[in-house]
Amino acid sequence: MALQSLDIVRRSATTTAPPGVRAAYTGTVAKLIDTTKCIGCKACQVACMEWNDLRDEIGSNVGVYENPGDLSSESWTLMRFTEYENPKGDLEWLIRKDGCMHCADPGCLKACPAPGAIVQYSNGIVDFHEENCIGCGYCIAGCPFDIPRISKRDHKAYKCTLCSDRVAVGLEPACIKACPTGALVFGTKEDMQQHAAERVEDLKSRGFEQAGLYDPPGVGGTHVMYVLHHADRPELYAGLAADPHISSLVGLWKGVSKPIALAAMAFTVLAGFFHFVRVGRNEIDERDEAAARQALEAAPQRNASQRPGAQPPEKRP
Amino acid sequence: MSDSERRPTLARYSSGERTNHWLIALGFVLAALSGLALFHPALFWLGELFGGGPWTRVLHPFIGLFMLIVFLPLAASLWGDNRMQAADWQWLRRWKDVVNNREEHLPEVGRYNAGQKLLFFVLGACMIGLLLSGLVIWRAYFSLYFSIGVIRLASVVHAVCAFVLICAILLHIYAAIWVKGSLHAMLRGTVTPGWAWKHHRAWFRQITHAAHPRTRPD
Ligand code: HEM
Ligand code: SF4
Repeated sequence: MALQSLDIVRRSATTTAPPGVRAAYTGTVAKLIDTTKCIGCKACQVACMEWNDLRDEIGSNVGVYENPGDLSSESWTLMRFTEYENPKGDLEWLIRKDGCMHCADPGCLKACPAPGAIVQYSNGIVDFHEENCIGCGYCIAGCPFDIPRISKRDHKAYKCTLCSDRVAVGLEPACIKACPTGALVFGTKEDMQQHAAERVEDLKSRGFEQAGLYDPPGVGGTHVMYVLHHADRPELYAGLAADPHISSLVGLWKGVSKPIALAAMAFTVLAGFFHFVRVGRNEIDERDEAAARQALEAAPQRNASQRPGAQPPEKRP
Repeated sequence: MSDSERRPTLARYSSGERTNHWLIALGFVLAALSGLALFHPALFWLGELFGGGPWTRVLHPFIGLFMLIVFLPLAASLWGDNRMQAADWQWLRRWKDVVNNREEHLPEVGRYNAGQKLLFFVLGACMIGLLLSGLVIWRAYFSLYFSIGVIRLASVVHAVCAFVLICAILLHIYAAIWVKGSLHAMLRGTVTPGWAWKHHRAWFRQITHAAHPRTRPD
């Protein structure tokens, strides 16, 4: 898709500004996942398979509710189930729809070395453009949520697109359409935050004191947000990151150190050049050859073309 | 001085060692160019030399392994000549004389000078670092055995080692141009007695049995 879409605001491995930086008047979109309303029916997983024409390998039942066992290049969203015993001794069945969070500050995009393989649209969606993907897997190292997966068949990275193709023509993502309980809603980020605020208030009035919205500031907020009953402990929900941010190692690897390293390499070459210009080559002259000749003549035997080490070390007086 | 007296006569590198060296050089250039393509977007175009981005990603680790494998025999055979000795530290402390071509102020040098020895160890360390980290970030075969935290660390280690190695090799290349006659040693295997006398006098004595130091006739 290259730059054919003018609403790209960020483009991987690109040091000049993409067209979308000019304006984003319409605001951004967001998907709100209300874990308190989710019944774990996986209709969203099926809708995702259908719209994106994905079929994962049939796995085997290992006695857990997750099916398939993990996200993959063919499964872009996955219901994760946690059985949590709360302090009162009651069982809470926490179900979280996992998938790309569409970070405002995406670690995948930061890590990607291939120009235009990962883009961020002005509506907030982070999209992989597989035609530019080289399959290195750096996005996996960059993502704070462990989301992207490399296909074993074409060696390209895949993840939830937030149905960028549907959203671009005014439709809501396929998963939203399929959800029977209204746990999934889609709209502008602002609307979703307002809707979430109402939900949180309702939950608090029903005894979930710590209910809240998960829109982690460490990655600049996300365009997929959760309403959680226990927003103080996101890790309860199958290990949802409590304070996600781009790892400092990724920052070091992909930050200012790179241009500095490039400059240092160029400097090394220049240092050589200017040494040549100022000091010049280290050459031998007749006097060196003469001195060597004298030394050779004084030597007990002439072994001029002998290999070093081919004879016992000399004995010095 | 006549031409015959200038003709290189001392053997420095066998044809096997020369072949080995240039195979390493070939491996290094290809590994560095393909790696740099992924190092910074400004150099992504280097990937075109290898058939585009995906091919660069596929080929780079194999090229790296090739370089490492051909490095081993040369490293093993030069190991003994590259051990640091007391005089080497003195040589390094006199680096100003080194860079200003004032070799008469420096201690006598054996087969390798301290700079060459340091290069040898920097190369060795970088190779080990590149191999270990390279395997961890080799997505197609090995990354699945490592946690994301380890992969992140390995990515940094790989980039740092590659950076150090490339800078070290750039210096190595310049040194070969700077010290006239060195390139001939690695291309055709021989050096002139005067070259050995000036740059590696202890080695000169060792291989020619020219025992006691003589003052230059000037
Ligand atoms: C010893 C064997 C080596 C292995 C197994 C290896 C493996 C890798 C892998 C897997 C990558 C990620 C991209 C890809 O999948 O192709 C990579 C990147 C890279 N490699 Fe190597 N490599 C090796 C040696 C080298 C050498 C000798 C150099 C250069 C002198 C080098 C320089 C680089 C650079 C500059 C990058 C990009 C790093 C970045 O993205 O910051 N590698 N290597
Ligand atoms: S969740 Fe991961 S894959 Fe999705 S935008 Fe954030 S960093 Fe990228």
